[in-house]
Amino acid sequence: MKKIFNMSERIREKLNILADAAKYDVSCSSSGSKRKNENGGIGDASNGICHTYTEDGRCVSLLKILLTNHCIYDCAFCVSRKSNDVKRAAFTVDEVVELTMSFYRRNYIEGLFLSSGIFKNADFTMERLVRIVKRLRLEERFNGYIHLKTIPGASPELLTEAGLYADRMSINLEMPTEAGLKLLAPDKSHDDVKKPLGFIQDTITRFKDEKKTGLIKSMPKFVPAGQSTQMVIGATPETDMEIMYSADQYYKDYSLKRVYYSGYIPISHDTRMPVIGSQPPLLRENRLYQTDWLMRFYGFGVQELLNPKNPHLDVDIDPKLSWALRNLHQFPIDINTADYKMILRVPGIGVGSANKIVQARKFGRLYSYQLQKIGIAYNRAKYFIRCADSPYSLTEPDAPQLKGMILAESNSKYLKTAQNQLSLF
Amino acid sequence: MIAYIFDGSFEGLLTAVFDSYERKDKAVDVVWDKYYQPTMLDEPHTVVSDAAKAKRVWTALGKKMDKRWEIMFYKAYLSEDPQTFKDLCNFARYIFDNPPGAEANFGNPYVMAVSKMDKSVNREKHRMKAFIRFQKTADGMYYCPVEPDFNVLPLISKFFKDRYADQQWIIYDIKRKYGLYYNLKTVEEITCEFVANIDTTKVVLPVSLQDEKEELASMLWKDYFNSTNIPARKNMKLHIQHVPRRYWKYLNEKEGKN
Repeated sequence: MKKIFNMSERIREKLNILADAAKYDVSCSSSGSKRKNENGGIGDASNGICHTYTEDGRCVSLLKILLTNHCIYDCAFCVSRKSNDVKRAAFTVDEVVELTMSFYRRNYIEGLFLSSGIFKNADFTMERLVRIVKRLRLEERFNGYIHLKTIPGASPELLTEAGLYADRMSINLEMPTEAGLKLLAPDKSHDDVKKPLGFIQDTITRFKDEKKTGLIKSMPKFVPAGQSTQMVIGATPETDMEIMYSADQYYKDYSLKRVYYSGYIPISHDTRMPVIGSQPPLLRENRLYQTDWLMRFYGFGVQELLNPKNPHLDVDIDPKLSWALRNLHQFPIDINTADYKMILRVPGIGVGSANKIVQARKFGRLYSYQLQKIGIAYNRAKYFIRCADSPYSLTEPDAPQLKGMILAESNSKYLKTAQNQLSLF
Repeated sequence: MIAYIFDGSFEGLLTAVFDSYERKDKAVDVVWDKYYQPTMLDEPHTVVSDAAKAKRVWTALGKKMDKRWEIMFYKAYLSEDPQTFKDLCNFARYIFDNPPGAEANFGNPYVMAVSKMDKSVNREKHRMKAFIRFQKTADGMYYCPVEPDFNVLPLISKFFKDRYADQQWIIYDIKRKYGLYYNLKTVEEITCEFVANIDTTKVVLPVSLQDEKEELASMLWKDYFNSTNIPARKNMKLHIQHVPRRYWKYLNEKEGKN
């Protein structure tokens, strides 16, 4: 006899399939929106809360699911590609709404991250996604965070409507360069991504400008947490320079809030990509994120960190230390007089400590014990700074010596990890 | 150095600062009475908590430093940490003895100590916002027992009130034997009698007290937690760094992992 699923078993199976298929989208942010619970409903968007972490150490902030993993496309890097032999499922609108509310009311999540395989066509898919967010906002009076995927090729009308209910929208570049994308997904192109990114960014700007005029009293929110994108790292042979230059361009052209870098996890026997079972390039992913941070919070230009002379990020040291070692002529700096911007560039000093240093030095020259209390990584920073009690030294070590000294003192977990990056040739 | 013994209350701490000026004691060692161990040489001063004195100190402090530091001062106090009480007293005296703006001197050990403790309390506050797992009861209430490292319930009350405005909820601190109850209008502080029908030492409510959909909701969350994990990226060290073991027993997705 055919096994009859009862309701709860059926929903459990769907959730397992559609959460599993959605997990390769690494965006987890739930911050940047200021949506408040002003309609006596439920929820608000806060500064971002990670409610738990999976055993792989990634944060769980949103209920991240696909509406369906049925898809008309056959992108080689995607687990939901048409030709892949996996179980397929689709949620109903009611099911997504009920799951979201049930999780949110128990404080499991900050909100919903909804994506989908493309079934039938772009508009048909986008329309379903919009129907869900509308239900949540208008009927459930849900003010929690909603991250909605932009379906490439969906009509401007649908995108505009989606933007009125979502906090963030995103659309993935998939591969860092057009050539890489063409290799694995011949049906797709970066132009399909640029068009909607540009359209939504323009609409965000238009809403902001109209709000500034003050003519319309309560201007509705439009994608208040902005847009983001993701590129898969290590499936195609781009250099770190190509990846970060591409990211930099998208940050500038579309005012993106985030670019995510997702180390490729082999899910296919396709010979164009790393084989199943090979380790995902986690260290490389980490170095790319460090570079991204240096660009966004530390005032570094991408060309300073990566350039034709240095197209790859160092494996054994982080990009900030790597930059400092290439630019030793700019060091040591005097903590008690140097510009804030320069203090920020010292390996071992973060944004918080740099702020504390410039405040504290107004009260008197700072000594090394104070810098240590303030919380800088003194053992690393000491080679690049002078403070009130620094001993005077006649000979300065050169870059290779310095690197050796710093590495000898550090116990980086990465030194023990086997490296694997795709070779270029 | 003279020991000032106080009762551990915020009022008491501020009174100690007041007394130190009134008695013209230059160096003061604030000791929480429950940790006080008399010695032969000691001649301690016993601080009698006094609302009027405390208010004078608090108002004067508020006038002398940045508004944000008032909150930081209070947060550091909620750590209930004996060393922090000493630091707070010394910090207050440092602020009074110097021109306005002295709280920005991160080279000063008391400023740094208060700033550090504020950060720790903030982290715990943030963890409670993240790790609260409500269980829906048969009478439609959302309930969660907690055991925070610091006394952070006063710091999360408004957050939960604003967010869950249309549902009644209880957050109960097992360690400190009090809780918060939101009645759809205001948040009230409750004692253990309020939750007398619940065995607060048990994290999961008995089925008889649960809403009929509670079990399924919790199971779906556990399913989701497992499905969203990527085994090829397994990194337990990072996992434990973000979700320290001492919180696991309150997290339904970690049930059975203890």
